[in-house]
Amino acid sequence: MLVPRRTRLLAHLPGRRRAVAAGAAALALAATAACSGADPAGNTAADAGPPVSGGTLSFALAIDPTCLDPQQYGLNASLNIGRQLVDSLTDQDPATGEIKPWLAQSWEVNPQATAFTFKLRPGVTFSDGTPVDAAAVKANFDTVATLGAKAVIASGYLVGYQGATVVDPSTVRIEFKAPSAQFLQATATVSLGLLSTATLAKTPEERCLGALVGSGPFVFGSYKANQSVEITRRAGYAWGSPLWTKSGEAYLDKVVYKIIPESGVRAGALESGQVDAISDIQPQDEARFATGYRVVTRPNPGFVFALQPNAARPVLDDERVRQAIQKAVDRPELSKTVLSPLYKPATSVLAAVTPGYTDLSAALAYDPEGAKRILDAAGWVPGADGIRAKDGRKLSLDVVFGSAFNASQSVLELVQQQLKRVGVDLRLRKLAIGDQNNVIAAGDFDFTYYNVTRADPDVLRVIFGTQGTNRGRLPAGPQDTALTQQAQLVDPAARAAQVAEAQRQLVDRGYAIPLFELAQVHGFSAKVQGVTLDASSRLTFHDTWIKG
Amino acid sequence: MARYLLRRLGQAAFVLWAAFTLSYAILFVLPGDPVDIKLGGLESNAAPEQIAEVRDRYGIGDPLLVQYGKALRNALAGDFGHSIQTGAEVRTTITDALPETLKLTAFALLLAVVFGAGIALLATYVRGRALRQLLLSVPAVGISVPVFWVGLLLIQVVSFQWRLLPALGNDGFESLVLPAVTLALPVGAMIAQVLAKSMTTALAAPYIGTARAKGAGRVRIHFRHALRNASLPTLTLFGVVAGNLVTEAVVVETVFSRAGLGRVTAFAVDRQDIPVVQGVVVLSALIFVAVSLLLDVLYPLLDPRIARDRAPLRRSAARASAVQGAAA
Repeated sequence: MLVPRRTRLLAHLPGRRRAVAAGAAALALAATAACSGADPAGNTAADAGPPVSGGTLSFALAIDPTCLDPQQYGLNASLNIGRQLVDSLTDQDPATGEIKPWLAQSWEVNPQATAFTFKLRPGVTFSDGTPVDAAAVKANFDTVATLGAKAVIASGYLVGYQGATVVDPSTVRIEFKAPSAQFLQATATVSLGLLSTATLAKTPEERCLGALVGSGPFVFGSYKANQSVEITRRAGYAWGSPLWTKSGEAYLDKVVYKIIPESGVRAGALESGQVDAISDIQPQDEARFATGYRVVTRPNPGFVFALQPNAARPVLDDERVRQAIQKAVDRPELSKTVLSPLYKPATSVLAAVTPGYTDLSAALAYDPEGAKRILDAAGWVPGADGIRAKDGRKLSLDVVFGSAFNASQSVLELVQQQLKRVGVDLRLRKLAIGDQNNVIAAGDFDFTYYNVTRADPDVLRVIFGTQGTNRGRLPAGPQDTALTQQAQLVDPAARAAQVAEAQRQLVDRGYAIPLFELAQVHGFSAKVQGVTLDASSRLTFHDTWIKG
Repeated sequence: MARYLLRRLGQAAFVLWAAFTLSYAILFVLPGDPVDIKLGGLESNAAPEQIAEVRDRYGIGDPLLVQYGKALRNALAGDFGHSIQTGAEVRTTITDALPETLKLTAFALLLAVVFGAGIALLATYVRGRALRQLLLSVPAVGISVPVFWVGLLLIQVVSFQWRLLPALGNDGFESLVLPAVTLALPVGAMIAQVLAKSMTTALAAPYIGTARAKGAGRVRIHFRHALRNASLPTLTLFGVVAGNLVTEAVVVETVFSRAGLGRVTAFAVDRQDIPVVQGVVVLSALIFVAVSLLLDVLYPLLDPRIARDRAPLRRSAARASAVQGAAA
């Protein structure tokens, strides 16, 4: 997943973080309690009065979106803007994970999960006036397939794409060479949002810079690099997702995104009213917005932040060592100290909001004594410095990570201390993105550390499957069988059973050491109402309005 | 004079070529690959052939010398290719961002010169020892505080608490004040230190005694006789800091959320967007060279001895004392 990253020249001052952490924890808990009531998005709109149309929302982003085309780019900043400009064939209920109709009224999937036939809603148009018909849908999928690697996320959803057929103007069939049960959920993502055929004919670069025509509730206005993005309400919009509360056009006239890289300045800008909302509140700033503001938060679905062992390395190829490390990590302590209660301790390799999630908290309980017993039995004896050794080799392992998430360094420092208590030395290797890619490709690491956002359990096949990226160099085994199986099953219950099995295998065999669930944490001034996060935890502004 | 200028022009051209070639070599040997960074996201499962295709498009697949030759030829025509991250032309990326940074640095330089020179002249003019020491210690503070800290402090106090000036963005003159003050502080402090030191030296020189004996007033001695001689090291320093302001802008533009060349640079470096970084490096070299050339033209006007044969000695002496002053 790609979270706000880099250009944190000034990140946070190290001392401040810990000092505020305790207070932040207490206050943010209150914020969470307020948010987790009837409305998970944090809208306690009881006395807000009737919604009003009009107004401009100014929203501060942590980083430049760089490329606005949701089909191409994977930055949260880009996808959060793209979500307002394009609609998808389907939508996904954030509460249940269920797929709902949107631009497709209905669909059929063949039993092999290789052919998906969508019946399109009539009367939908792109903002250039052209219809959203079967030919346009076909053109979209064909283009994503041609974009290939340039469509970083979308092309991954179309692996094995054979082609699309226009059955009639309002019916389109999409076929795959191999079973692809994940595809239905993929049609709900902004990455497979639909663009007009004129847009598809433009070069990828032109699209990045904003030459985007979609059918969404807002239309693109302007993009000034490193400065701002403006979008305006689409007049005549009448095909909103059934998951939204308002039908028809959006309330807001306009949304102005401003790019404010420094987190302290972003927080101050919201406090002083220079903006109405900010993205990416840092854990240490959460306390500032505990009262008088609306904190909109939701965990990212998908693969949680985890240590992923390189199972081909000596030491880590021993399942017992991996299992001991699994027990030696105190996950609740991560949330309580270096993060905040908004970042939940991991209870599986999948975040709890991911469809198909299985609660494995018992297997992930903190058990340092159990960890020590396993290591003793495996022949690792504590040395004079407390670090274990075996056959003259120290139990010292490195973890390669990047700056994708600001608090990563503190999280891993704490994990380092926790592992030290059982005699394992963890060395932190923070690398720039490019170096990280090289090291991982060469297999020159013991652990990697990252997460991947996706509201479908197929994310595990992409990460751990022997046919996927498989950075952990896992051998074929029961987990691989379960992951391959779930990709072929259309029946939700049957698929869920395989997904559960895969999670158990990955956790029990220590193929991943889950740590915590990443969360989106956005702050809004109290006058902003009706902000929601979709199943993939992207912001949607269709229902958003500003109290006068 | 003509020979002097020709020689300076030749040196300028060499510096530009060297900046281009060195930056090219350094950027090339960096580990990591910009295409990997763009396409190799964690959610990507791009096929190797797709990545190879993108690499070809940017010419990253060619042998090093071929790439260098092509790049040099294009650079001479002002064409640095396309950004790997955004796909926009490097030339337009830079020319779009440049005016905002120029506005910021020009205003900052103006503030720095006015306040820096003001403090130096005042400190060397006043008679009271205590006041003089106080004034002379002000620049030391300006140099020791980090730019980003000053920026954050100004934002917190002036913008968020007093709500006098905007903290963010590029909207009009108001938004220019705080970042320019932040940027001007260390530069002004350096100017003040160097000028104060050369003024002290100049005021102790024998010709001042002569001027005084001839009946020149205090103001005339200070500004006409001493300042003119004392200004050479400051002028040299000015050339160095003016070239450095682009680098300083990286921090200031980030803190104040301003669009500009600094932000473009920070992003490009982080993403190893080689064409953009290359463009920025050459542009910075160009600014350095242009400012140096301008100064080279100015020196002989201030000190006619410089254009004669012994000139380089005098000038490097001036440079050396400027550097000393800055380090002091």
